[in-house]
Formats: sequence, structure tokens, C-alpha cells
Amino acid sequence: MKNSLPIAFIVAVLIALWYVAAVFMNLSLQRDLFANGGRADVSFGETAIAALNMDRPKLPAPHQIVGELYRTVLDTPVTSKRSLVHHALVTLQETLLGFAIGAALGIGLAVLIVHVGLLEKSMMPWVVASQTIPIIALAPMIVVILNQFDITGILPKAVIAAYLSFFPVTVGIVKGLRSPDPLQMDLMRTYSASRAQTFFKLRAPASAPFFFASMKVAVAAALVGAVVAEVTKSEDGGLGARLLAGSYYGQTVQIWAALFAAAALSATLVSLIGLADQLVARRMGAAR
Amino acid sequence: MLAPLAEEAPAIMDQRVIDIAGLSLNFVTADGPVQALSGIDLAIERGEFVSFIGPSGCGKTTLLRAIADLETPTSGAIRVNGMSPEEARSRRAYGYVFQAPALYPWRNIARNIGLPLEIMGFSAQERAARVARGLELVNLTGFGKKFPWQLSGGMQQRASIARALSFDPDLLLMDEPFGALDEIVRDKLNEQLLRLWDLTRKTVLFVTHSIPEAVFLSTRIVVMSPRPGRVHDVIDCAFPRDRSLDIRETPQFLEIANRVRQGLREGHSYED
Repeated sequence: MKNSLPIAFIVAVLIALWYVAAVFMNLSLQRDLFANGGRADVSFGETAIAALNMDRPKLPAPHQIVGELYRTVLDTPVTSKRSLVHHALVTLQETLLGFAIGAALGIGLAVLIVHVGLLEKSMMPWVVASQTIPIIALAPMIVVILNQFDITGILPKAVIAAYLSFFPVTVGIVKGLRSPDPLQMDLMRTYSASRAQTFFKLRAPASAPFFFASMKVAVAAALVGAVVAEVTKSEDGGLGARLLAGSYYGQTVQIWAALFAAAALSATLVSLIGLADQLVARRMGAAR
Repeated sequence: MLAPLAEEAPAIMDQRVIDIAGLSLNFVTADGPVQALSGIDLAIERGEFVSFIGPSGCGKTTLLRAIADLETPTSGAIRVNGMSPEEARSRRAYGYVFQAPALYPWRNIARNIGLPLEIMGFSAQERAARVARGLELVNLTGFGKKFPWQLSGGMQQRASIARALSFDPDLLLMDEPFGALDEIVRDKLNEQLLRLWDLTRKTVLFVTHSIPEAVFLSTRIVVMSPRPGRVHDVIDCAFPRDRSLDIRETPQFLEIANRVRQGLREGHSYED
């Protein structure tokens, strides 16, 4: 709790800076609006306050975003297409499914790489290269190809999320499975333990910290993948679709509200994994 | 010296736990080949406590690891219980204690001691019984549920000894097990190890670089010399089995310790 006072102070300073920035960024636009409306010589104070409450600001003020969040989350029924909660849930579904697929793929690949010597040299370059292709270009292609096979809805978007999330899992878990020190491995050799026994009793438990660290990165990457996929194919809704709609109609406040929702979603998922990490670490005897 | 291996009469073979003939081991390193062991001949009978003493780099750990099938000899032969080291390892003929406890930090002490039992397929009741016996043997009863980080270095090493004994191997290979501990704990553990050996009648191979420790614990001391690793001298040591730490002041003890030191000096262990 002693941490909360400094954090609150920093947050307050940031919000104050934000208001100042919002005034400066929207001032000229607001002055033009007043001029077009026939009002000249408006005081700075009135212009500033108007700049903080514009319909289509360049930079929305914090209270505008809070207001938009309030309207679209609490004032709108969840089933409506205008509800931010509805869109967030669509994105969440795609993220979780993509994360599950990506994690499974990543773990499977990591186990193979650790146990089959040739795979590392032959597969890793391809795995790394796959991540360098811009996802913005790849996403529509994947969606179109999957649509050819009658795979529609959340699955193509989950595939794109999986595509982005499997790589950190692979890299992290390979490192984790190789983390036991030589003495611990020698011990297994003196017991003439099989490869499976060495895997389940030594390598897998030793990789737990690496596992959770990669999962945190992977879930954030999966969310990014889901949002990008939604931007390219926005008919099914989701936070990405909301971002796209906002930018199309010039609704900056809507864009920012969607951004905040995505950030909140990401932060929640990462901290849930962090919580799981703590629980497992305690059970596995971590020093408290 | 050493009699030939395969032609030995079966009766004598039964007594010989370890038979080493002409063992040589070379390591290929970035700086060129290193001859770790050269022409080692040694025979160890059942129930002996044999110490290997020498300076760092004389090959004593390499010798122990070769017996345990953790290293492969370049030439020569090793027989453990009449089998090759590989076969002996697959039959779980020995327990190995490393320089560091090498306990798994995610398991509590009881589960660490039970690790070899899990791998070898003992039933849950059998495991629980053996773990309890092991904890009692090394005076760690009540610490079963603790994790390694909660124990001191000496207690962790005792747990690792209990782990090596849990599946009851006849042969115990110990590589400087007390090297990282302070002298007081070391004295206590020396006494405990001796009591254990007397109780269980196992064959123990013990690597150390402490002369008093070697003389106190052993029935035979193998003095090794470095570059390349060779057996310089084998000294018999016949103290009564129920000795205490006081014998370290007796003239017989000092005489044997001097012989060991003499051997080390002759083997150029004190030179650069």
C-alpha cells in the first residue's frame, strides 16, 4: 500500500500534462471552428474549455474518454453492437483461442527442438523468418485462404493471433527446457533415467519460470494479432473493428476508448498469468 | 599389482567390486588434447572405504566419473561388479554424491530423497518408508517438508547423501561431498559418514583433497599425482571401525598423514 501514493501522484501529473497537451493540440482547430461559426475574439479561457469538449478533437481530453467508456460500457446493453463490452468480448474470444493454439504449438515445437538435435538448425531460421513478415500484410491473406475452406468467424482471427503468439513461447520454453545445470542432468544419468523421465521430472519443472514469462508475452502478442485481424476484416466486430470504424468516421474519442479497452484487456490477461505464476511458484517452493 | 581380469577365479571376482586395468582418458579441449588419466591400475574389494587424494586437476573426479559411466575411457578397462560401467549404471549399482548437493529446488526434501525411488518404480508406501529411514539415517527427521533453500549447506549435503542411499546400492561414489562446508560441519559429517558406513557395510569411493579427512575415514588411501593423472601410491590404513575424531592426534595417524603428504610431494603435487 505504500506504493500507491507515489503511483497516484505520477498518474495525477500525467493527467495534468494530458490536459495541457489536449488544449494545445485542439486549440487551432477550435479557433477555426469559432471563426467559421462567426464568432471572433473569443477569450483564451473559453476556447480552451471548448477545445477540451470537441466532437472530433485531435487529442481527446481524459474526461471525454471516460465519458465515452461510461456510455458504451455501462449505458449500453451488452448485446447491442454499440457496446464496448460486446466488442471486447469478441476480441477476448479470439485472443484466448489464438493464445491456446499458439501456446500448444509453441510448447510442442520447443519439446521437439530440445529432443531432436537436427531440428534446431533446420527449423529455427524458418520460425524466426516467419515472424519478420508484416502481420498487416499476412492477415488478410490468411483470412481469405481460410475462407476458401469455409473457415469463418473467430477461427481465422484466432489463427492470426496464434501466429504471433507461438514464437515467444517456442523461444522461451526451449531455453527453459535447457536450463537445468549439468550436475542435475548427471544425477538423472546416474539413475539411468529414460528421456521421458528426465523430461517430466527435471526439464519440465525447471522450465516453469520461463514458461510463465513466455506466456505473458504470448498473450499480449495474441491480443495484438486479434486486433490486427479485426482491422482487416471488421464485419464480425471486436475492438479492432471499433478502431477501424472510429478512424473511418473521424470519431477520435471512439478510437481512444477502444484503445483503452484493449490496453485494459491486455493488462488483465497478463496479470492473471502473473497470478498463476505466483501460485505455482509458491507450490514449487520458491523463496518467499 | 593387478591380476588380469577375465582369467580371475570366480571366488576372488565376487569380492572385487571395482577392477581397473590400464585406464587412460584423454579430453579433447580447445587448447588441444588433455591427458586426464594415464595407465590407472586399481582393485577395490567389497566393504572397503577408499579415498582418492591429490591436488586439483590430478584426475580424481575424472576417475570417479569414469567408474560411474559419466565419462568414457580412451583405453583400458573398468569392471564394476564384474560388469562394464554402462551396464552397472543401467542396473543402478551405485549411488553418486556430487560436490554440490544438486537437490531439485522445486521439490521438498522428502520428494528429493524419493527421486531415485520414483524413477526406479518403487511403490508409494515403499517410497515413504525408505524416505523416512533415509531422513533418520542422516539426522534430518522432521525436515521432510522443507525446501532446499530453507536448509543450510551441510543439511542439504546430508539430504543428498540420504538420496544416494535411498535405493540401497552396494557402492557409494562420493566426489568431495564436504568440500564446500566449514570445518566444524565437516567434522560432524565425517563422524556421521563413518557411522553410516559401519552400519550399512557399503563400499565407498571418496574423493577429497583434505589429508586429515582421507586418513580419518579410509581403509585405503590412493595418492594421485597430476599431469597426467596417475596413481602414485596406495596406503593401507587400519584404524578400528568405531574410531572417534580424537585419533587425529595419535602418532599412528600423523605417521600415515605424513606418508600421504610425502606421496603428494613426490608426485609433484606441491609444485606449479
